[in-house]
Amino acid sequence: MHVIETAGLTKRYPRVTALDALDLAVGDGITGLVGANGAGKSTLIKVLLGLVPATHGTARVLGHDVATDGAAVRSLVGYMPEHDCLPPDVSASDLVVHMGQMSGLPYAAARERAADVLRHVGLAEERYRPIGGYSTGMKQRAKLAQALVHDPRLVLLDEPTNGLDPAARDDMLALVRRIGTDFGIAVLVSSHLLGELERVSDHVVVLDGGRLLRSSATTDFLHATGSLLVEVQGPAGSDRRLGQALVDAGLPARPAEGHLVEVPVAGDDAARDAVRDRIRDTVVDLGLGLVRLQERHHRIEDVFRDGGAGRVDQSA
Amino acid sequence: MTEVPAVSTSPPEPAAVAPSAVIHDLGYRPYEGPRLGAGAVSWAFFVTGLRHCFGLGRSGRSKVLPMILLALMLLPALILVGVLVQAKDLLGLDEQIVAYSTYPMTTQLLISVFVAAQAPALISRDLRFRTITLYLARPLRRTTYVLVRVASLTAATFVLIGAPLLLMYLGGLLAELPAGRETGRFLGAAVGALLLAACLAGLSALTAALTVRRGLAVAAVIVVLLVSYTVVATIQGIAWDSGHDTVGEVAGLFSPYTLVNGVQVFLFDAPEATPTPPTGTAMGLLYLGTVAVLVLGSMAAMLGRYRTVTS
Ligand SMILES: Nc1ncnc2c1ncn2[C@@H]1O[C@H](COP(=O)(O)OP(=O)(O)OP(=O)(O)O)[C@@H](O)[C@H]1O
Ligand SMILES: [Mg+2]
Repeated sequence: MHVIETAGLTKRYPRVTALDALDLAVGDGITGLVGANGAGKSTLIKVLLGLVPATHGTARVLGHDVATDGAAVRSLVGYMPEHDCLPPDVSASDLVVHMGQMSGLPYAAARERAADVLRHVGLAEERYRPIGGYSTGMKQRAKLAQALVHDPRLVLLDEPTNGLDPAARDDMLALVRRIGTDFGIAVLVSSHLLGELERVSDHVVVLDGGRLLRSSATTDFLHATGSLLVEVQGPAGSDRRLGQALVDAGLPARPAEGHLVEVPVAGDDAARDAVRDRIRDTVVDLGLGLVRLQERHHRIEDVFRDGGAGRVDQSA
Repeated sequence: MTEVPAVSTSPPEPAAVAPSAVIHDLGYRPYEGPRLGAGAVSWAFFVTGLRHCFGLGRSGRSKVLPMILLALMLLPALILVGVLVQAKDLLGLDEQIVAYSTYPMTTQLLISVFVAAQAPALISRDLRFRTITLYLARPLRRTTYVLVRVASLTAATFVLIGAPLLLMYLGGLLAELPAGRETGRFLGAAVGALLLAACLAGLSALTAALTVRRGLAVAAVIVVLLVSYTVVATIQGIAWDSGHDTVGEVAGLFSPYTLVNGVQVFLFDAPEATPTPPTGTAMGLLYLGTVAVLVLGSMAAMLGRYRTVTS
């Protein structure tokens, strides 16, 4: 059984079609939901929760139809909204206990669970202070805690890294990863940054203008669209010498910003490793120092610019 | 179920410095215990809302106003009880100095300020900070959310109005007023307090639901309650002076305070606190009907308001 299944799922607003005949099957583990602003990520999540009715089509979450059995879905799912949703005058501890009770936990159990999840999300002593005084990072953690307090089987996290600085972003992503792996809870996490989600997701779903652009394992995704960035050390113009040498060797190298060389690669792991080896060999043959050789993290916009996910621009 | 390889992106536990940290870190524990049904969830929601109306479970600042108002509500009752107990024989008193049914009328400013301040604190707050999303994303039904929120506000207002009445009742028993008669009057006044609480809570909850901005909602409720009472009292005074009692009786329908006082006069023969209380069964029933329309109408309007709220 899939965790999330949709068939022909459509949501029309008076002016826009937010979701357009979406057929989706999401399994266990961590699934990234990627799309530019307005792609329909939040709408999909709200439809899955039964908060917003679909115009056409069906959606099932953990085996329950969201249109007819919304309460059952909501008792099994945790939701972290993209927007602020925390009252400023209660403490995170009290809020999370209360939300646990609202999901049917007895008071004592809710208290115990709240203490547990607040510890897991990393809110320590400050959890007894009113939320109004929290930083954005602390608020995001409190939002995540309330989504976990009732031990859901699936959490829907809508842009959990929104508004966070790079360090807090990394912490949040690591936490998302742990929820999917250590906690054993299925995760659907949205972002408009593919680079962010490819680090934590097992599977990535790309939405564009309400349509399903692509749904595949993260590894496939990288292989199809990724490229390698190479930085070398040497006399001025080394990067151009390397680029030329790579092109001569049959690799579609092209200059990238800041004296880097970008090499688009397609194929499976073995093919990628082969390309990496050839780049290393070429660098060594030219007598240059290899500073770094790494995956380029795409923004979702890059995927679109390249003519849709799956197609790689080979014309270097 | 999760055959995800333990990828190295998962960070070390923050506490995993000492070798013994493993013992302290319990890891994630799934919840195996019971999950309660809609009734228990609604009750928990009701109780939390009731507590929040008095600032309990909220920041210290939130407690100040409701607690001061509650104290101010109790203070006159306390003085009245003191006088009654100490000077009953001296003054030749054989009943309460102020009738139970008149007390809410006299203290209406405090009651109006309470509902005006606490309705937004309970209802606009969920909309303004979008906390309502967290409720709607849980099994609780939308209708239940609305009804329980109004119920919490009603109960809190009832406590505010009823507490001094209870104090007066206990004082009356202490002063050895006729127990049977006092009990009857007190119970009648308790019904009146509940009706008044329901009217005020319904009106102020609706106003708060329609005005997300807190200050505006507070001002709107206070102005509506004070102005309506002032206008009604003025009309009733003129009507009584000029012998047009029926005009005054109809006017009494337009302020919750005169309305509920009239109902108590009609139902329990309570002493009147307005110049022109309802006379005759038809007018009495009109008063009762108006209370029903007010309470049910504001509830229906609330449900309509929340039907389309998604976040
Ligand atoms: N309540 C609504 N009424 C009308 N249009 C809406 C409503 N909610 C969303 N939309 C529209 O639906 C489209 C999809 O919006 P949605 O919020 O799902 O996008 P998103 O992928 O979450 O974007 P973002 O990254 O900005 O959060 C947008 O064009 C948006 O304007
Ligand atoms: Mg969104």
